[in-house]
Amino acid sequence: MKGTKQFRRWLTLLLWIVILAAIIAAPFVLPVFRLNLLGRYLSLAIVALGVDLIWGYTGLLSLGQGIFFALGGYCAAMYLQLNSASELPNGIPEFFGLYGVKNLPFFWEPFNSPLFTTIAIWLLPGVVAAMLGFLVFRNRIKGVYFSILTQAALLVFFNFFNGQQKLINGTNGLKTDVTQLFGQMVGSPSMQRCFFWLTALLVILAWLFSRWIVRDRFGHVLVGIRDDEPRLRFTGYNPTLFKTIIFAIAGGLAGISGALYTVQSGIVSPQFMTVPFSIEMVIWVAVGGRGTLLGAIIGAVFINYAKSLVSEALPASWMFIQGGLFILVVTALPEGVLGWLQSEGPRNLLSRLGIARPISTYPSLEIDGKKEINL
Amino acid sequence: MELILECLFNGVAIGSVLLVAALGLAIVFGLMGVINLAHGELMMLGAYSTYVTQLIFKLPALKPFYNAYVIVALVVAFIVSAVVGILLERSVIRRLYGSPLETLLATWGVSLILQQFVRSVPLAYGAGLVLSLLVGFISPFLLPQKLLEGSRGRLVRAASWAFSALVGVLGAGGLGSLVSRLGRASARNVDVTAPSWMRGGIDLWGVTFPIPRLVIIVITFIAVLGITWFLNRSVWGMRIRAVTQNRSMSDCLGISTERVDVLTFGIGSGLAGVAGVAVSLLGSVGPNVGASYIVGCFMVVVLGGVGNLLGTVLASFSIGIMTDLIGAGRLLSIWPDMPTPLASAVDFFATTSMARVLVFALIVVFLQFRPAGLFPQKGRMVEA
Amino acid sequence: MSLSRRLFLGLTSVVLGASVTACSGGDQATGCADCDAEVTVGILHSLSGTMAISESTLVDTEKMAIDEINAAGGIEVGGKSYEIKYIVEDGASDWPTFAEKSKKLIDQDKVPVVFGGWTSASRKAMLPVYESKDAFLYYPIQYEAQECSNNIFYTGATPNQQSEPATEFMFKRSPAAGKPFFLVGSDYVFPRTSNTITKEQVKALGGTVVGEDYLPLGNTEVAPIISKIKKALPSGGVIINTLNGDQNVAFFKQIQDAGITPSKGYFVMSYSIAEEEISTIGPEFLAGHYGAWNYMMSINTRASKKFARDFKNKYGNDRVVADPQESAYNMVYLWKAAVEKAGTFEDNAVREALVGIKFEAPQGPVEVMPNHHLSQTVRIGEITSNGQFKIVESTDGPVLPQAWNQFEPSSKGYACDWTDSRKGEKYRL
Repeated sequence: MKGTKQFRRWLTLLLWIVILAAIIAAPFVLPVFRLNLLGRYLSLAIVALGVDLIWGYTGLLSLGQGIFFALGGYCAAMYLQLNSASELPNGIPEFFGLYGVKNLPFFWEPFNSPLFTTIAIWLLPGVVAAMLGFLVFRNRIKGVYFSILTQAALLVFFNFFNGQQKLINGTNGLKTDVTQLFGQMVGSPSMQRCFFWLTALLVILAWLFSRWIVRDRFGHVLVGIRDDEPRLRFTGYNPTLFKTIIFAIAGGLAGISGALYTVQSGIVSPQFMTVPFSIEMVIWVAVGGRGTLLGAIIGAVFINYAKSLVSEALPASWMFIQGGLFILVVTALPEGVLGWLQSEGPRNLLSRLGIARPISTYPSLEIDGKKEINL
Repeated sequence: MELILECLFNGVAIGSVLLVAALGLAIVFGLMGVINLAHGELMMLGAYSTYVTQLIFKLPALKPFYNAYVIVALVVAFIVSAVVGILLERSVIRRLYGSPLETLLATWGVSLILQQFVRSVPLAYGAGLVLSLLVGFISPFLLPQKLLEGSRGRLVRAASWAFSALVGVLGAGGLGSLVSRLGRASARNVDVTAPSWMRGGIDLWGVTFPIPRLVIIVITFIAVLGITWFLNRSVWGMRIRAVTQNRSMSDCLGISTERVDVLTFGIGSGLAGVAGVAVSLLGSVGPNVGASYIVGCFMVVVLGGVGNLLGTVLASFSIGIMTDLIGAGRLLSIWPDMPTPLASAVDFFATTSMARVLVFALIVVFLQFRPAGLFPQKGRMVEA
Repeated sequence: MSLSRRLFLGLTSVVLGASVTACSGGDQATGCADCDAEVTVGILHSLSGTMAISESTLVDTEKMAIDEINAAGGIEVGGKSYEIKYIVEDGASDWPTFAEKSKKLIDQDKVPVVFGGWTSASRKAMLPVYESKDAFLYYPIQYEAQECSNNIFYTGATPNQQSEPATEFMFKRSPAAGKPFFLVGSDYVFPRTSNTITKEQVKALGGTVVGEDYLPLGNTEVAPIISKIKKALPSGGVIINTLNGDQNVAFFKQIQDAGITPSKGYFVMSYSIAEEEISTIGPEFLAGHYGAWNYMMSINTRASKKFARDFKNKYGNDRVVADPQESAYNMVYLWKAAVEKAGTFEDNAVREALVGIKFEAPQGPVEVMPNHHLSQTVRIGEITSNGQFKIVESTDGPVLPQAWNQFEPSSKGYACDWTDSRKGEKYRL
């Protein structure tokens, strides 16, 4: 017994070493383009973790994570734009000239400071999420209503950012590739390599953080909210507070993710706040396995990678595949791939194929939950 | 006076488009608790059906009746969307009752597939496929029941599907040649031309009332009346209401809940088709036609409250009037000497983009006071 | 139960089958029989999403130009003849995707040139990629200018080759001459920038702009805009229209019903309505309104007719050609000429060779100018009921492009010249 425990510990350690080695080695092995893609998909894994926290664990399906994602991206891009604007004639980013703006809009000012920016990247989306969440949860709006409202909020933000040329460069968005950071161009290979490592590091930190949350008592309350909110309320908990906090955390994670994604893709634009993108985030988690943190990471990286491969080969077919994934994952694989592997999935499949024998257990009786027994 | 009349008319006109589009959604959501994100794509199918109907009416034999094609299109669109909707219900949604979030994701998947289907597959093939589905779906009802039973039944069913596939292929071929003969249309965005009597506007009291808008208002009015009558006065309507109130009790009393589900979803989808006809009269018919309305529809449903048609009606009209009031900057013309800070704020929102921002924001604020919409369901809170 | 399952399976397989047949369009048609080597170029347009309908016509035209070049013996470089192959990538109507796919084409496929883009936003997203990697993009759409990159070659019209002559025509010589202007557009870069220029120009001409409004992309509810127009222009006037794609359909259908028609003194000048769009919207809604382009299908020259005929022969008789396609067609040929002149595919040499190249385009002669734009002929057409333009005005010869606008105060007095290292992107005249 003790032996296996020790063995497992060694195994975990070994796994970590392999992962770390892979991360460090990746920039030297992969071609620039694929490395860049991998870096971006890893940054998407962070927003997926947030989605998993609110949807997989708390049961809140947000279709508006794009807001927070884009906000984080905008924060980073505003700092980078200002950082390299000092050499320009007016001392303000170039695009303002297109619309005849002479003075920097007031809300740009604080983004001159790198410290403020680093904090704003996760705090601003977090605060916005907390306010939005509080307004919604306070009224006990939940389920699909919550989803629809977050989607409406997404559209509000999209239209606002899209229409405000003079404040934030409208549809064009803000570019970061040719801006300077620490005296180097953000788009340069060496900077991109650093961003890749930073992203990988933050993914691990975000994963550890999320794991700490869900293993803590806080996490049990979240699962309680998901499974039976009224009962939780009657036990004396205030679900509103917990929901608001977890929604804010997910917003903050989305902000970090957006900032990392922006510096690696070279642009942040209102396109990050389109309806399909935010729903896509849900499907990453759903495919990977909701309620499993690793599943969210794997799902985000894997699906995006598949998307880029498929759209290179057969551009028009990605939409069919994606649509099919949505249907498949909710009808056939509700636990996602990882959940399926962890449960009796493989064994069931094998037994259906006649390779392994089915094990007889008691049928699951979930009378309390949403699933009712089938009589 | 003119100003108020025009504003009212515009609001009602915008609202009635929203209403006819949201009606099916509200029914399906209210009665079944299902959020159907593919509703917009069912509208799109309705719009394409209108286009195909219009093409067919350009045939020499039908030319004299061309002016009436819109009425035929309403029926065709209803049937097409209803059948596709029923297929959707039978194949996907049925498995997901009781888990609305999963339904939402699955229907989003369906909507992606339908959209890309319309983009990638030439119109004639698509129409042929829909035709064969229609025939295949309806033919078992037309055959005598005896044929469908026993071991022969399978064969008969297979034969009927083969027959419908053949009809579909023939239809596709026919339509393909029709398209190349009559229209400039490919599977790109196509154009539905209103018959001549539906063009132009009526000038009354200094205000122009565009006729297509009036037609849409009439269509909406009839749809709302029809559905209200159906739900409250007909036998099946009563069964639907019964199942909504207490599914297991209705089941015990001998109501086939499965049939009720199919019927409800079919009607909701059919109404989406009708909405498709309406929007095709106003704008273009293309793969994105549904997507541009869907979020507005959801706002209507959320604002109106679940399971109450009156709420849906009021919500659409108030959203319509607000959109026009804010977007066209009418407040400034109604109250010309408003104080400057207020005036500049009004001016800031007086673009179509910003009006949308403000209307959605107002809805969210409104929900702070009435979380369950204008007309919440009475009784104990139901945990969905 | 089993029926529905079978149905479901059947449906899925039909959908999949259809998708496979519809998507297997990656045909590399006519090759070059006597070519010694191959060169692969990149084509980057939206094949999915909202812009797919417009942009796929450009892919068709670019493929046609490449096939023509291959059939005529490919590209002659350094005594060898190269057959052109292409990789088509999908920008998915999403600006960041355009940037991503550009990186892929440059870094992974190592293409010497990319032909791509439609919307200004997609170009703006791609621009930093090409600049930071010093690669080259050919962009075929008329646009708002105020940009001049060393790494982009623009074959579409600049404002002084489209919107400025059009505004002047509307103000001075159209049936609505002297009447006030109203500006309508979709809510994105091109309409907003273009309208900023138009406002300055109308002011300089002595006219008035009485209002402007922008429709969010994807929204087709135009009723509030129509009431604004009726309020702002009670007795007719000029409407400058920069709406995008299907929003035009809603707009033109509904203004006609609201009584905003040429017969009542309202004239719409559109910058994004070409023959393709006319056939979609329906000429009956557009007859009497105006459009301005460099190429119109109704140009009565041999080159123009051949271009239209070849396109129809290749893709079907119901297809039309329009200005964006002509630009796309030209840019492939201009690239070929530049490569042959440079004698290499190497970026800098081709860029230098490009300036000064002349080409007999379907619209007439064009020439690449030092600011990486084309000199082009400007034509203003009235839309007729058979879906074509009746050319009412045409400049005598090609008009020189201005990358920096001369009406807009922030760019007035500036120009762009990449042949002179002291001048570059933006220098004072």
